[in-house]
Amino acid sequence: MPESTIARDADRLAYRDPQRARALARRLEALVAEIGRERVCVMHVCGTHEQAIAKFGLRAVLPRALDVIMGPGCPVCVTDLPEVDEAVTLAQDGKRVATYGDMVRVPGTTLSLADAAALGARVDVVYSAAQAVALARATRDEVVFFASGFETTAVTTAAVALADVPPNFSILSAHKYIPPAMEVVARLPETRIEAFLAAGHAATITGWGIFEPFVARHRIPVVVAGFEPLDILAALVQAARLIRDGRPEVANMYPRCVTREGNRNAQTRLWRVFETASGRWRGIADVPGGNLRLRDAFARLDARRRYRIDTGPLRAAASRRRTEACICGRILSGVATPADCPLFGTACVPERPVGACMVSTEGACRIWHQYGGRAEL
Amino acid sequence: MCLGVPGRVVEVRGVIAIVDYWGVRRETRLDVVDEPVAPGDYILNHVGFAICKIPAAEARETLALYEHLLREAPADLMGTDVRGEIPRDPGPPDA
Repeated sequence: MPESTIARDADRLAYRDPQRARALARRLEALVAEIGRERVCVMHVCGTHEQAIAKFGLRAVLPRALDVIMGPGCPVCVTDLPEVDEAVTLAQDGKRVATYGDMVRVPGTTLSLADAAALGARVDVVYSAAQAVALARATRDEVVFFASGFETTAVTTAAVALADVPPNFSILSAHKYIPPAMEVVARLPETRIEAFLAAGHAATITGWGIFEPFVARHRIPVVVAGFEPLDILAALVQAARLIRDGRPEVANMYPRCVTREGNRNAQTRLWRVFETASGRWRGIADVPGGNLRLRDAFARLDARRRYRIDTGPLRAAASRRRTEACICGRILSGVATPADCPLFGTACVPERPVGACMVSTEGACRIWHQYGGRAEL
Repeated sequence: MCLGVPGRVVEVRGVIAIVDYWGVRRETRLDVVDEPVAPGDYILNHVGFAICKIPAAEARETLALYEHLLREAPADLMGTDVRGEIPRDPGPPDA
């Protein structure tokens, strides 16, 4: 990796500086013109990136030919029906299910956790894995932590699993590992992704080096990006430059937080507790190695091995009429945008979400509903 | 849940730090951070855990986005997410 690809622009950025933003936009325009294609597609995989892009209206300053789309960057959204069904089954079975706020409203086959709670199940919203452990300590009930999130969040679940936990605490892991999902999405013929933006804070843990094998296999550049509007613009400039030059490389545009190696301590903890497993992601079907499951050494903490979870009755009761028109899956794989969905903003709104993308504050539909999506040019 | 939130370390007690997030002091766990953390350091918090130390020279720039969101957009989606990332009091959730 030549040092020159570690772009220096990000260090020099002044934040929310309109002149600097205009200069970056002009450079982006020129680079995309030099690429010379009708459509150049860059995918990001982070709900916070989508929030910043939508909130600060970045799409309005992007070149017409540059399409910046959101991929499977919302962990709540990619949690598939069977995992929600498992949590609902455990809750209906008398376990106290503790989980992050957005997870409560994600639809399962028949019910969400919020629906189960309305029917009398105990569901607790927690801010952190540590709070779920604190809940278990404070009660005699069996507490199941329904753990969601990408590797950044899985690290914190691993940390509590490695610390002292009470015997009535277990983990139902819906944790996901993003690099394998990028592999799947990169191969989709419909999207033709020419570069990825990687989420800066996740890369804080994994390091940017983790993307090197991906880049070598797919010959698609990966640019690690921060969350400031100017961070994102600078990352897009770098992505366009690498596309123009035909240089499939990893560029770190968030050097103030991300190193090549990442946080080794966190990685050690993560992989001591979890291993990758293949599993279904909503909308992307099977992602080989995309799920994080507890290793055998932590079987006693694994709700799936501790309890018999029969989700059959939920599936048998399913009526999918309302969700049939939902295109969450196509949105999560970057093939469609929220604006393509017939339910968006009408039958599906944040107060009455049909699909997971409208539930989570990191979901593309929820974000577009708040801020608007693509600018009308 | 992708966005971490920066805070300034006030006190360190073993694997727990007391961290100041815009005037709100909260416990933050240090088991996954990979560098020694001392009072005065800035860390990036993710769901109650420090995931990295922010170099002192860059802390101010890192804080700028958050300050903008908390000051000028407290009620919107992104501002709410940022506030939601500030750790809560330790202990079990309200029953």
